[in-house]
Amino acid sequence: MARIDLVDLAHSYGGNDAPEESFALKPVTMTWRRGGAYALLGPSGCGKTTLLNLISGIVTPSRGKILFDGVDITTQSTRERNIAQVFQFPVIYDTMTVGQNLAFPLKNRGLPKAAIDARVNEIAALLDLTPYLSRKAERLTADAKQKISLGRGLVRSDVAAVLFDEPLTVIDPELKWQLRSKLKALHRDLDLTMIYVTHDQTEALTFADTVVVMHDGRVVQSGTPADLFDRPAHTFVGYFIGSPGMNIVPAEVKGRQARIDGHTIALNRSYDRLPAGAKIEVGVRPEFVQVAAPAPDLLTANIERIDDLGRVRFAHVRVGDTRFSAKVPQGFSVPGNNAGLVFDPSRVHVYANSLLVEGEA
Amino acid sequence: MDKTVNQKAWFLVLPVFLVVAFSAILPLMTVVNYSMQDTFGNNQFFWNGVGWFKELLDPSSDLGERFFASLWRNLFFSFVILAIEVPLGIVVALSMPRQGWSVAACLVILALPLLIPWNVVGTIWQIFGRPDIGLLGYTLNHIGINYNYVSNEFDAWATVIVMDVWHWTSLVALLCYAGLKSIPEAYYQAAQIDGASRWAVFTAIQLPKMKRVLLIAVLLRFMDSFMIYTEPFVVTGGGPGNSTTFISIELVKIALGQFDLGKAAALSLVYNLIIIIVCWVFYTVMTNAGTERRVAKEAV
Repeated sequence: MARIDLVDLAHSYGGNDAPEESFALKPVTMTWRRGGAYALLGPSGCGKTTLLNLISGIVTPSRGKILFDGVDITTQSTRERNIAQVFQFPVIYDTMTVGQNLAFPLKNRGLPKAAIDARVNEIAALLDLTPYLSRKAERLTADAKQKISLGRGLVRSDVAAVLFDEPLTVIDPELKWQLRSKLKALHRDLDLTMIYVTHDQTEALTFADTVVVMHDGRVVQSGTPADLFDRPAHTFVGYFIGSPGMNIVPAEVKGRQARIDGHTIALNRSYDRLPAGAKIEVGVRPEFVQVAAPAPDLLTANIERIDDLGRVRFAHVRVGDTRFSAKVPQGFSVPGNNAGLVFDPSRVHVYANSLLVEGEA
Repeated sequence: MDKTVNQKAWFLVLPVFLVVAFSAILPLMTVVNYSMQDTFGNNQFFWNGVGWFKELLDPSSDLGERFFASLWRNLFFSFVILAIEVPLGIVVALSMPRQGWSVAACLVILALPLLIPWNVVGTIWQIFGRPDIGLLGYTLNHIGINYNYVSNEFDAWATVIVMDVWHWTSLVALLCYAGLKSIPEAYYQAAQIDGASRWAVFTAIQLPKMKRVLLIAVLLRFMDSFMIYTEPFVVTGGGPGNSTTFISIELVKIALGQFDLGKAAALSLVYNLIIIIVCWVFYTVMTNAGTERRVAKEAV
């Protein structure tokens, strides 16, 4: 278990001379504390797997350094780094039994047999693999195989970190839930630093203490699930996290007021020093916009569709040219095609060139 | 729901039946027919029942003695060939580059021996090994090794074996290379992360993943080496004495040299049967190798 520091780390598959815009991972500096549970979240091609492979040493960075507990390991090979990694698709040693598969990483490091057996039994029990220990791994289902891969990742107690590269892709939805909570429990029990790559926000938000959101090769925000929900640092985070995502509308912001489509809404903070010429947008989560009966002091919207998600209903509306999602209060019946929108001023954020602007009180 | 009965579909299969009948079944039945008869020429045949087969399987008869002698030679030859070519092919495949222009270069160089006709291979080695003008033969004799495949049994065997290894190791190597290429990169990455040594990567990942192509390689090489005819015939002509006379050479001597059609037919049927049985045994053993161990473990 180790603290991991990334210092100005960047990678380009096209070589170091390629323009920085084309980098798979743009320069990032951050620290991951020991024993933490982290998720790297982002859409396909955002550079999250690249970052993971840089940490495990499968890929050597074009620039920057990686430190484990302050020691520079950038040039070390994967074997020397003392890292465990679980891949997207199960990797099984076909000729071995389940038990031998789990013991493989320990055996390669020359542990005494008694210690290996004890640890293998412990991990097998945690993953419900005990009945299969003496079975050949080759003929098991994809689910079971991926559990073995997970087990091989967790079996070493001295690793700097355990890396997961979308490990639940091949698992059934039902078992996915169980395994996810299991991983969370394992994180508590085994006291390992875990880094989990996924494009599924539910997976990231339920597993991790800290979620690192990546977009287009850049880390756009790193924070707790609550941070990401309440104060998205980038419009991408607002849009990517949450279902439906954050409403992001072009607006004119002056002081404590924002003008959207000719209508003024109040803001909780004052924004006097916005960068000149920047693209100014207002972001608000659908949960904090309510549909109401049309009234002269409300922003008027055209209702296109209402989605009933069971516990909550969301209206898809149109204001001028922009689409909006807004919560429909319980018991509220929509009067007609038009409705007014009620904003929660404390939840409305202002973005300049997609980045969150802190207002003044 | 009633199924439509339409037997016309059989007509679509008919061409295949005809082709197989003329290319395999009829010739085979002719051989079966010959194997039961004796002839003194002039197209006159006499019924002999299973007489030829009895004689063939009786080592004390002339025919049986020749058959068993060449059978053991053939089995020993196939065994040596497999023992050399399979491990060597694996080593060659493992040391081939994975990407870049050198892959194409290696593949072309490896494929070259496979493209040369059998009798040309024989001629190449026949000349190559000659002590008077052959590069190999002359050099060996020049540095003091008395090498002559025409008069020395061991030299004749060595020449035939080296020639076959030169000709066919490429096939095993290419098959293994295809097997290696099909292993996803994640396996190697996982092995690195698990701290596996080079040997452990080979035994835990590469060898198991090559199992199927190795099965094909062993079957092909066994069949080909067991039926070998042209190359040793061109190089040694089956000599010195009978030391490199394999079954196929013996068969041609009996059928065309002595025109003993009955004996030759019986011999070729038994020959065919041996090849089929050995291949079946190889196939069953190699495909079941994994499952049997599992069953054994579960029974414990």
